[in-house]
Order: sequence, then structure tokens, then C-alpha cells
Amino acid sequence: MKKIIACVAIIGLLAGCAQPIPPEALQFQPDTLANRQLQSRKYDIKSEKELLSASNNVLQDMGFNLDESNMQLGVIVASKSRDATEAGQIAGAMFMAFMFGANAASYDKTQKIRASLVTKPASTNNPIEVDIKTKSGKQIKFDQQVEMPNSYVVRVTFQRLVWNQKGIMTKIEGINEPEIYQEFFDKLSKSIFLQAQNVN
Amino acid sequence: MLIKENPLRLAIFGAICSMLLLSGCQTMKERVLDSSADGQTSVQLRSMQTRSFDTSDKAKTMRTVIATLQDLGFVVDKADLDLGSVSATKLSGYALRMTVSVRPSESGKSMIVRANAQYNNAPVTEPKPYQDFFVSLQKSLFLTANNVD
Repeated sequence: MKKIIACVAIIGLLAGCAQPIPPEALQFQPDTLANRQLQSRKYDIKSEKELLSASNNVLQDMGFNLDESNMQLGVIVASKSRDATEAGQIAGAMFMAFMFGANAASYDKTQKIRASLVTKPASTNNPIEVDIKTKSGKQIKFDQQVEMPNSYVVRVTFQRLVWNQKGIMTKIEGINEPEIYQEFFDKLSKSIFLQAQNVN
Repeated sequence: MLIKENPLRLAIFGAICSMLLLSGCQTMKERVLDSSADGQTSVQLRSMQTRSFDTSDKAKTMRTVIATLQDLGFVVDKADLDLGSVSATKLSGYALRMTVSVRPSESGKSMIVRANAQYNNAPVTEPKPYQDFFVSLQKSLFLTANNVD
């Protein structure tokens, strides 16, 4: 019986050779807008450069190391490695080890946290909407966003990769806890204020 | 039963099974070059991965590509305005990595956007995911995605 289960499991794994991509992966979802609002905040600041440098300081405050940056596009990418152990999981692992031997135990050990921060000029809430008809009778609709001076939007997104004590990857996920984003933007507000005052 | 009686038979049966299943997979040369096993030409692949947009603003197009990727849950890996290329990864139980490149067309009146994706450790070769991506992008860009010949 065990052999049959093993055989089925192996076949299942091999069939995984050509996994299809989930259909919703590249489509906007109902929560897309809510996530965008959660991950973005608008700041009134003179230049995008100042905003990026304040953001970079906050990321450094949080222990992130810079991986990639592009000033012209307003992109900063940073990451850090951290411990991932949780008390509850360790207890669970000990129980599993006790019941089924040491090999059955698995708990999260390390994680890599990645952050990408993107700035862009803020646009007005009311895009210019023009509805015109061309000579050939073709209906064209413009609704172009208008950029606001001295106002920029920061959007930050976090994700993490988790490995267990055996070095096997256990989780790859986006981080969507509202508190994390709120705290990040509070820190960024302070950083921008301090930078404007020239205080370190 | 066959399995209980003879472990050797089981081993042979298992080997044949996995050979049949693995025959769908490729050799190293095919994997390095992605010379498609399913008879897809690079022309077909390009046409499904490429769209043109009626704008001459490269930086704005790239910023919109980045914003769209963020909307779709991607975290940016790399961005380069001069090269016109952005890479990003989405982690959601799976790893989906995309590289999007933006270059001006010969006339300079439009931007040609090309995207390619890898899902876990395989290339994405179906047209549907790319269609979805460009639909999302054109919503953010307020422009229509045109097919490129």
C-alpha cells in the first residue's frame, strides 16, 4: 500500500513538469484598487529626488540593503535576511518530531524580505475628459491624467521568501498587512520632515 | 497482485512510467536556447509578447509598466531607463517573473512593449497570460494596445 502511495506521489510530482499559470495571475482583481491605496501615499515635496532619498533613509532605518536603484524612473529595490522562527511553529515541530521522528519536524528558520519602492508624479483627481468625433466619424475619448506640481506618490510593496531549518523553501508570498504599510508611511513622513529641517 | 509479488517488476513498471512522463521534458540544449519543443516559432512568440502603443514618451510608458506590475502584485527587481527594461517578480505560492522592455518604433511615434514571463521554472508560451497583461497595461496607459507585425 505504501508503495502505491509513493508511486502516485512520484507520478504527481513528475506531471508537475508542465504546470499551467493561474488565469488570474496577470489580470486586475477586485482588490487591486484597495491594495494600491494601501501601498501608496501622496507627499507634497519639491522634487522626486528628495522623496527618493528620504525613502532610502527609511529603508536603511529598517535594515534593508539596496539591491537596485534607478533615479530617472523613481525605483528603489532593497532586501534583507531575517530570522523566521515562530514559537507556535517550534511547538508544532517538536510535537511532530515526538510522534513521527526527527525527520517529520519542520519549522521556518530564515526569511528574505524584499521591498520595491516606486515614486511617480501625483496626478489630479479629475482627469481631463474629452470626447470628440474625427472627420471620418470615429469616436475618440481621451481621459488623460494631469500631473500635479510638487506632489509625488510613493508606492511600496513587500514580499518574502521563507526557508525551513533544512534549507527547503516553504513560503513565497506578498506581504499585505495594512499595519506594516501604515507604519512604513508614518516613518517616511517623519523622515521627509526631518530632511526638510536638515536634522539627522 | 503484480506489485506485491515482485519488487523488480514494480521497479521496471516505475521506470517505464517515469520515462513516458519525462519524455515531454527537454534536453539541456533545448532548455538553454528555449528552441520550442512544441513547434512554436520565435515569430509566433514575439507576436504574442509584443504590442505597440501610440505614445512617444518612453519614460512615461516605463513608469506605467512599473505601476501596472505593482497593481498585479509584482515587486520590481530591476529597472533601467536607458535600456528600457524592467524586471519584476510576483510571489504568491508560485514565482512568476517578468521582463518588460520598451523601445521606440522606427518612426518614433509609438512605443513597442515586449513582455516575457517565466512561471516557476518554465517559460510562459501560451498567448492568454500575455493578453491579460497587455489588457491590464492598456487600462493603466489609457491607450490601446496594437498588434505589431
